[in-house]
Amino acid sequence: MARLNARGLLSLRGAVLPLGALSLWWMVTSLGLVRGPLVVTPVQVVAVPFLDASGRELWAALGTSMARVLAGGLIGGLIGLTAGYLTGLYRLAALGLSPTVHSIRQVALFAWIPLLTAWFGNGEATKLVFTALSAFFPLFLATEQGIRQVPRPLVDVASVLNLTYLTRITKLYLPAALPSIYIGLQIAVLSAWIGTIGAEYAIGNGRGLGSFIASGRDQFRMDIVLAGVITLAAGGVLLNSLATRLSHALSPWTKDLR
Amino acid sequence: MNASANALFVEHVSKSYPLDGLDRLVLKDINFSVGHNEILGIVGASGCGKSTLLRLIVGLDTEYRGSITRSNAGDPGKRVGMVFQDHRLYPWLTVEANVGLALDTSPLSARQKHEKIGHYLHLVGLSDFAKAYPRQLSGGMAQRAAIARALAQEPDILLMDEPFGALDSILRMRLQDELLAIWERNQVSIVIVTHDVEEALYLGDRVIVMEPNPGRIRDIVTVDLPRPRDRASLDIADLKKRCLSMLM
Repeated sequence: MARLNARGLLSLRGAVLPLGALSLWWMVTSLGLVRGPLVVTPVQVVAVPFLDASGRELWAALGTSMARVLAGGLIGGLIGLTAGYLTGLYRLAALGLSPTVHSIRQVALFAWIPLLTAWFGNGEATKLVFTALSAFFPLFLATEQGIRQVPRPLVDVASVLNLTYLTRITKLYLPAALPSIYIGLQIAVLSAWIGTIGAEYAIGNGRGLGSFIASGRDQFRMDIVLAGVITLAAGGVLLNSLATRLSHALSPWTKDLR
Repeated sequence: MNASANALFVEHVSKSYPLDGLDRLVLKDINFSVGHNEILGIVGASGCGKSTLLRLIVGLDTEYRGSITRSNAGDPGKRVGMVFQDHRLYPWLTVEANVGLALDTSPLSARQKHEKIGHYLHLVGLSDFAKAYPRQLSGGMAQRAAIARALAQEPDILLMDEPFGALDSILRMRLQDELLAIWERNQVSIVIVTHDVEEALYLGDRVIVMEPNPGRIRDIVTVDLPRPRDRASLDIADLKKRCLSMLM
């Protein structure tokens, strides 16, 4: 009971800063200490997704972005997982693929956008490819690393027991690499989310949270921009917790370690 | 095939590792055979190549001179099993699933496999821990699970590399007796590498004494004593004295 209270207090302590900032914002704007066309109150920001015609588009935008991040992330993630598995396990694949991927990784992600729009146009394809690319790199690196670190003694056991190739993948290499893959997944999910929003924002047309924020800015609607930014953060938190839940569900043997 | 025929022949086996550009000999002209249902102990100081020898026999290392042949090599159902000093269970699989790995290539149905896994877990006294993960087991229990995994392969030769080395002495004695009980109920030859001379003499029909630099056989001691043996008997003490005089 005492521990629970201590925990409760600790989490309260974490709320001090945001609540303080919120009340300061609220005080400053409602008392009229700061004025101007770009100044909005917290109440306006909370109300805009429900009461305003343009603001209500937030929900559709959120849905579109979520669908995009899941689709693109899944494509890029699976390719990253497979490529990382191959380069982690096979010398030949590592020699052929790793130097290229590690060099391309040095290119800042958003520098890809001009090239991608030239190749895939200004539509959905570019956004998906960009999201896939954002998810690819972290998962590739983490999987490659994880597979390389499979303990040699456990590989010996697989040889002694004469395990089939499929069993080696599913019961040895993948589970052994999972802790590393999870870290890659956490990074990939956030990277893909930023990638999706970024692509929407940079390309501008079509639906999505990024476009929503961009058009709010163009109309000088700071309430819409702020509501979009808060939703963006909430989306990131949601995706992050989804990734954590997925990790835990896939590795029940670590239950008592958590 | 008659009962006295040998299960395993090791003939003129030598092995060297490259070290600083030079070949360092770790095993020099090793010759011995293992009979069907025989327990063969191998003792020696650390660095005498005992573990390397087992790795060669089980096929984890194929670069050596000489020949290692098994009388049942042509029968795919007869394999060489191995128990390592550390249990080497897969931490992400339950005890049951770990033992089940041994049946990976077996043609048995899922139900038959399940029964077989249950049988071997019962044999090592782990029936109640089938669904446990290795982390949840004590050292002795984990080692027993590893033994069950090796037995579930139903090998005709079981290699054990200091299988009880990491356990306390009381637990070690208990597992030695359990191993003998299992051996009596199963048709299996056992080669057990240990640094504990008493363990080798208590378990083995014969004990190979090895010496290091390069690893070679000093002598093969026959332990012609009926089982169950008395660890404190004068016969064991005499043989122990003989082995130790060669080792020190």
